[in-house]
Amino acid sequence: MTARGRSPWLWAAAIAAYAFLYVPLVIVVVYSFNDSRLNAEWVGFTLDWYRRLANDSDMLAAAGNSLLIGITASLVSTVLGTMAGVAMHRYRPRLLPILVFAPIAIPEILMGVSLLIFFVLLNFTLGLVSVALAHIAFCIGFVAIVVRARLAGMDESLTEAARDCGASPANAFRYVTLPLIMPGVIAGALMAFTLSIDDFVITFFTAGAGTVTLPLLIYSMIKISVTPEVNAVSTLLMLLTLLLIVIAAKLSPTLLRSE
Amino acid sequence: MKPTAKTGRAAPAGRWLVMGPPLLYLVVFFALPALIMVVASFRSPGEFGGLAPLSDETGKLDLNVESYARFFTESVYLQVFVKSAWYATLTTLFCLLLAYPLATLIAQSPKKYRDLLLLLVILPFWSNFLIRVYAWMIILGPNAALARMVNAALGSVGLAPVSLLFSAFAVLTCLVYVHLPFMVLPLYANLEKHDRALLDAAQDLGANAWNRFWRITFPLSLPGVFAGAALVFIPALGIFAIPDILGGPDDTMIGNLIKTQFLETRDWPFGSVLSIVLTVAALVLAGLAAWVARRGARGGVGA
Repeated sequence: MTARGRSPWLWAAAIAAYAFLYVPLVIVVVYSFNDSRLNAEWVGFTLDWYRRLANDSDMLAAAGNSLLIGITASLVSTVLGTMAGVAMHRYRPRLLPILVFAPIAIPEILMGVSLLIFFVLLNFTLGLVSVALAHIAFCIGFVAIVVRARLAGMDESLTEAARDCGASPANAFRYVTLPLIMPGVIAGALMAFTLSIDDFVITFFTAGAGTVTLPLLIYSMIKISVTPEVNAVSTLLMLLTLLLIVIAAKLSPTLLRSE
Repeated sequence: MKPTAKTGRAAPAGRWLVMGPPLLYLVVFFALPALIMVVASFRSPGEFGGLAPLSDETGKLDLNVESYARFFTESVYLQVFVKSAWYATLTTLFCLLLAYPLATLIAQSPKKYRDLLLLLVILPFWSNFLIRVYAWMIILGPNAALARMVNAALGSVGLAPVSLLFSAFAVLTCLVYVHLPFMVLPLYANLEKHDRALLDAAQDLGANAWNRFWRITFPLSLPGVFAGAALVFIPALGIFAIPDILGGPDDTMIGNLIKTQFLETRDWPFGSVLSIVLTVAALVLAGLAAWVARRGARGGVGA
């Protein structure tokens, strides 16, 4: 075997790793169409679990909450994250990158519990607003990474030219920089929405007793009993987030390496 | 970058206009809560949970190190930390074993396929975390094919049936599953940059496949290995949902301990101590990994 040849063992190991990554997800999807309460063996095809989902008022309320939080958190964190990305690219500050990346780097549970103490000590009612505020805090970093990567690949002299031609800094940003980094901004927004709608740990600590999002509902469902209704909602959620991420990756190819 | 630096100096007002809002937001909703948690770790637990008043009637501050003392003297908590570190170590090792061939294959693939192969590694990471945990509940469930096969095999040699679910096996399998992409990406980023000429030269000098790997590829890949190890070990150390859902009573990790302190026993000072110990452990390990990776990079290139 030459140094350039790829060993069949390498292929076998890599295929096994891909199977390990995908077989569990495929099983969840397949059993969502299974005509049996037990997620154990294939009985027959049905759409019953999806019909049940559409009539489950708890599920619809949770989906509504997740959507509301996701949209709010992604809009605000996209604005703040874009600002952070631009600031880090242009001014090379010291403190900002630490605050931007730390929430991504530390275990999620730490942010969850510290925000819980924070909100409770301030007598801030736990609910939709506290969850959205928490989500914004961890989404800013992801948006900032994507926007900064986009800026790094951009020709800064275009903005300089606009300034030399008499554009105010605000106008130079609005008419030159922003359109050029827009794919990165949109990719960041989609990413933030996905992260928000998928978040379990930080939501778990900041939601309080009365507020339920989709991941929180899935958690309580699988803690009590496993039914294929969970598979059905999981399949739909996976479809949504994977679609968004593929679009985001198309808009901003560096997304693949920044994670 | 010269012209940008010039813009930065020329418009200090613009600088704060751009940097101010995100900075302010993260100070309020990240740094401040973290600071409050540090203070909380020195306060006394409240009579009905939460925190006792910060100062008594005379205005004397009630700050103490009792919660820290409790952590370091009651061995049960240190044991949970050691167990968590052990699970995180095993997770890191298994991730490395699975990720190395995968990253090697992607790095050796033709350029046009690499992005697709990488995307396939990352996509599962973007599906909901709980769904990925739930998938293992199905696979390892008592009625599923895997458990029936294992128990039939055990039964044929006269052993009692085992439960795959709610076990250390389930916790570790899912920990590896969830963190695998974090190991593949930095490894790939490193392996992709290797110069094939080194391997060809080694082969010309008579090194066999194993020697080429062990004496050239692996030492050169150490920075990627350590970066991946940090990205896997740190989140794995702090996880709570996986042992919570898939583990048995013996699989308690730090994350579960923290959750219990905040949501069940409601002893916030002690919960804060556990969180701070976890943070310090994570920071020290991240720093160590960065340091070793830098050293490894130098040593590897020099060797």
